[in-house]
Formats: sequence, structure tokens, C-alpha cells
Amino acid sequence: MGPRLRELIAHREVLVNLVRKELKVKYTASVLGAVWSLLNPVMFLAVFSLVVFVLDNNVPDFPVFLLSGLLAWNFLANSLQAGARSVIDNANLVKKMAFPREILPLAAVGVALFDFALQSVVLLLYIAVYFVGFSGPGFHLPELWLYPVVIAVLLVFTTALTFWVAALNVRYRDVGHLLNLALLVWFWATPIVYQGWLVQRKLETIHILGLDAWALYLLNPVAVIVLGFQRALYSIVRPVGGGDPILPPMDLPMLAGILLLVLAASVVLLFLSWRSFFNRSGDFAEEL
Amino acid sequence: MTTAIRIDGISKMFRLYRERPTSLKQRLLVSRSRSEEFWALRDVSFDIADGSSLGLIGHNGSGKTTLLKCVAGILRPTAGTIRYRGRLAALLELGAGFHPDLTGRENVYLNASFLGLSRRETDRIYDDVVAFAELEAFMDNQVKFYSSGMLVRLGFAVAVHVDPEVLLIDEVLAVGDESFQRRCLDRVRRFQSEGRTIVLVTHALDIVREVCDEAVMLDHGKVYAVGSPDDVVRTLRHRFLSDDPLFVPEEGSREVEISGVAIESDAGVRDSVRPGEGLTITVDLRADVAVADAAVSFAVVSASSNHPVIEGKTSLLGVSLGPVDRKKRVRFRIPPAPWASGTYFVSVGLDSPDGRLFHVQTQHYPLTVPEMDHIAMKLPVRPTVEVEDL
Repeated sequence: MGPRLRELIAHREVLVNLVRKELKVKYTASVLGAVWSLLNPVMFLAVFSLVVFVLDNNVPDFPVFLLSGLLAWNFLANSLQAGARSVIDNANLVKKMAFPREILPLAAVGVALFDFALQSVVLLLYIAVYFVGFSGPGFHLPELWLYPVVIAVLLVFTTALTFWVAALNVRYRDVGHLLNLALLVWFWATPIVYQGWLVQRKLETIHILGLDAWALYLLNPVAVIVLGFQRALYSIVRPVGGGDPILPPMDLPMLAGILLLVLAASVVLLFLSWRSFFNRSGDFAEEL
Repeated sequence: MTTAIRIDGISKMFRLYRERPTSLKQRLLVSRSRSEEFWALRDVSFDIADGSSLGLIGHNGSGKTTLLKCVAGILRPTAGTIRYRGRLAALLELGAGFHPDLTGRENVYLNASFLGLSRRETDRIYDDVVAFAELEAFMDNQVKFYSSGMLVRLGFAVAVHVDPEVLLIDEVLAVGDESFQRRCLDRVRRFQSEGRTIVLVTHALDIVREVCDEAVMLDHGKVYAVGSPDDVVRTLRHRFLSDDPLFVPEEGSREVEISGVAIESDAGVRDSVRPGEGLTITVDLRADVAVADAAVSFAVVSASSNHPVIEGKTSLLGVSLGPVDRKKRVRFRIPPAPWASGTYFVSVGLDSPDGRLFHVQTQHYPLTVPEMDHIAMKLPVRPTVEVEDL
């Protein structure tokens, strides 16, 4: 892996250029350009603020709740979908140029990361402006340190999975279709639009094989990651403990502990999927 | 001399699927046995010396492009190792690595980064690249609006300006207009004089003989011949002709042998003649057994059409050799003629008056007619003149 990593670092310029190329191609010939990337969360904020106002959803500050999880999910889903196509879409590069093939899925992650960063800035600005401007319940910052940790977990986990789908999709083109189905199921298995606390209350009463179902639910690493994002961002405006619980009232050290477990597992997964990608990548030029 | 590229036991196996299972369903339904192994390369080993120019030749499907892709790092060999020193630039297909939606400028940076250049290093060579490609006015246009000639120029310009120690070229010099081809060849020669290593894959045997100082011929994935371009090109030609059952490279009773053949143009250049020049073919004979008489013949055969362009035989030209008991030298002189450019092969034969073959070497000696500038070529005819009173 050492020489592999050196090779990758030597070609970092390719990665930068490919991300730039993808962004350029994505937003080229569009008048608004990268603003499109921003419009997505802004529209979400606007629509959900309105929906909540009309329907009287029982989650307070629902837009913040939704977006703190949804942005992370979007990053994962966009990375996987673009990553699955990354080798096939760049067939002309793979067949004609020599460079570490890992750069292609990494560039897909890079593009998704760019959008994620832009959208996160919108969300953070919204939190800051809305709650300062309209004198909300005040900021609750002690749990914000979770934010960089959970971003790191998300990055490692997403990269590992992206390597995996990118390599598989070259051999079996139905991985792309399968992925869309899997993402749909996975989305609803993750507490993004519904409240984690409701799930916990329900599942803790059910026992399967001596384990309570809530523990099984937390085997979904994305659920843990999303809970981490909500804990870091949503609890700025709605601290856990005050009033009706929305987020599962977990101890912060416990959540951080589970996150670190997910991180450790993701690092192992990244190592394995990278190696598998590398082993398969020698045949990419012929398989395309 | 040090080695620039060491190719050590390279084998490459492709899996050929009769119907390739590209979906999971097919994969589950179709058993593995429907794929066949195809060895594009089998245990290929040779070294390329630092600063040398190697021509890689062979018929279609002989594995030369696969080998080049392995050296370039695009394909990973099934077995064996390839080592090289320094930066390696590969020109496999012009315009490869260009993205149609990016501008010429952005593509230069993208392409250079594939070849290992940082942004700052690319900044330094950028103006030279643009000047070489002669695309100053188009660098901010998207590449999808470029003509294929423009893509060719930009691709070659980037590849030669990234300062590679090793340059791999696959059949790309054949594209582009004549003046650009000449500039590419000039650039390749400058590379050679700077002591860089070049590997050239081509079907244009003239270019190999003109540019390279070594050649390797592959046949069905194996090294078939290594050596000087002339020898290897001849071997390739013989290999090609050996599919013809009538073709025998060398035969005869050897009572009298051809001990040497020299081909020289009137300008004193060996194995080459320019359009409008004369040519001398000198055949040396050596008798192992004294014979009463013998006839020497020659034929110059065009490599592209396999058709003899000129033939001659001593007896038919009214010359008798007389008894041959030791050594003799025969000179055929061909007067100035409008040679068409290309590669030719010269066959030389020796037989007795009653038709017994002493020694025949079929298409053994290569002869090149270089491409000439049209301005330098004179029509070898005299105009006539008529004056009329009106």
C-alpha cells in the first residue's frame, strides 16, 4: 500500500484537475453554474419551512433537523452514484492514459464533497442568521466538536464504498441499477426525515435473538453517522434533554464511541476495498 | 550502456468471452467455461538501451500495441515485470485524454498532469506547447470544436514538451498533414540527439528503418526477431511472405554462392536511392566448385504491392560470365529513374545456363526511396517545342 499511496500522491494534480473538470462539465453551459448546487438546499429550506408552517409538524425547527442529516446522505448517495459510473464514463482515459485508476472514484467523491461543502455553508449560515436574527432559543455549542469527527467518519466510509461500487460496476453493469434500489431502501432505514427517538422507543421493546432491535438498527453505519450530524448541528438549536426528545437521548460519549467504532470499521473497509479496486483496475482497460 | 527499459518475462492474458456477461443475471446463468484464454503476449523479454530508438513491428494482432500499453502502465501484465527510469510519456492515440467540453488550455493542463507535471511546471511549458501546435487563436475554445488535425497537433505538442526521458509512440505519426509529420519526425530526431529513449510502434517500415537504431519484431505474442532495423524488417517481410507456399527465402545447390551484395545510389548512399537517381547493385560471387557458366539475376520488388519494378539477368542483358572458378563481381547499373518513394526489397539469384539454381536470396536486401519535397523533384523528361506561324 505504501508505494501505491506514493503513486497516488504523485498524481494528486490529476485528481485536482479531474474534480475541476467534472465540476466544470457539470455546470458548464448553465447560466447559474455552481449556484445550482446551492439552490438545492435553499429550496429544501424554503419548502420545508413552508410545509412545517402549514402542516404543523411536531419536530421544532424541522428544516435544520432535516438538512443536518440529508446533506450527509446526499454526499454519500452522490458519491456512490457518480463513483459507480466513474470508471465507465472515463473509458477513454482508462484505455489511453496511465494513471492510478483510484483517482476516478476519488474524483467522484471530490465532486460530491464540493457540493456538500457548499450546502453545509448554506445550512450553517441559515442556523446562524435565523437563530441570531429571530432570537431563537439560543445556541447550544458544546456538542459541535462532534461535527469534524462525524465528517471524517462520513468521508472514510463513503470513499470505501465508492471504491467498491466503482470496481464492481465495470464487471457487472447492473450494479448501477442495484445501487439505486439499495439507496432507496437505505434512505428509509436511516433517521433522516423521521425522528430517531421514535425509532428507539419502538424498537427497544422488540427483542430479536436476545438483542434489542434498536441495537440492530444502529448496525447501519449511516444511521449512526446521521445521528452524529444531527447531534452536532440540530442540537445547536434544540439541545438534547430539554423538552420532548427528538433525537435519541444517547450519552454523548456513547455516541462518540459508536462513531469511533464505525470509523475503525470504515478504515478497515477502505483498506480492503482499495486493495480490491487496485487488483481489479489492472483489467479495466480491457473490460471497457 | 545502461538500460532505459527492462522488459522481463511479460505475459498478458485476455479473457475472450463468446458473449460477455456484463450483468449479474448473465453471470449467474452463464458458466465460467464460456470464456477462452487468449495470450496476447507470452514471455516477452528484452532490454532497451538508454538513448536508443526502438521500433516495435509485427503484423496485426502480434501484440505490439498490448506490449506498448503494458510498458505505458495502461494494462497490467499477467506475469513479468517492466522497469524503466525517469518520466515516461505515451502517445497512444492522439487526442486521448482530452475532454471535449474543456477548452484547449484546460486540456493542456489536464493532459500534462496525467504525464506527471504540476500546475506550475505546466505554466512554464504552456507557451511552447501552444506555439508548437500552432493553435494560439483556439486555446480558449472547447476541444469539441477542434478538427482532428488540431487535436493531433495539441496531443503531440503536450507529449513532447513534458520533457520525458522515455517516449512511447503508437502509430500516431501517420496522422496530421505532411508538414506536421515532418515536424514530428524532426522533433523525434531532436529527442534522439538529446539521448532520450524512444519506442515506436508502427506499420510504416520505412519510418522504422529511417528513425530507429534497433527493432523488435513480435509474432503471435512472442519475440520473433531482435536486431538492426534492416534485418528485422527483412525478417518481418520473410515471415509475411512465408504464408505463400511458393516463397523460399534462400535456396540452391551452392556450387556457386552469392558472397555479398551491395546496393548504392549514384550519390554514394547505401541501400537508398532518391527519385531521379541512378543505382548500382553489386553482386559478389564465390565458386566452391568450378562451373562452366552462370547467370546472375536481380529483381527489385515493391514492398507495398509485392510487384517487381525492375528485373535483370546477365544472360538476357547479353553478358556471359564465362567459367566461374574463384571470385567474380557483377555490377548491375540502373540509370536514373523516377523512383516512387517507399520500401523495396532486392532479390538476387544465381543459376546455370540449363536452369539449375546455384543460389537464390529472395527479397533479402532492403532499399529505401525517401519521401522528397515536391520542389526538389525534377521531372526526368525534356520538353519539346513547336513554333507555328499564324
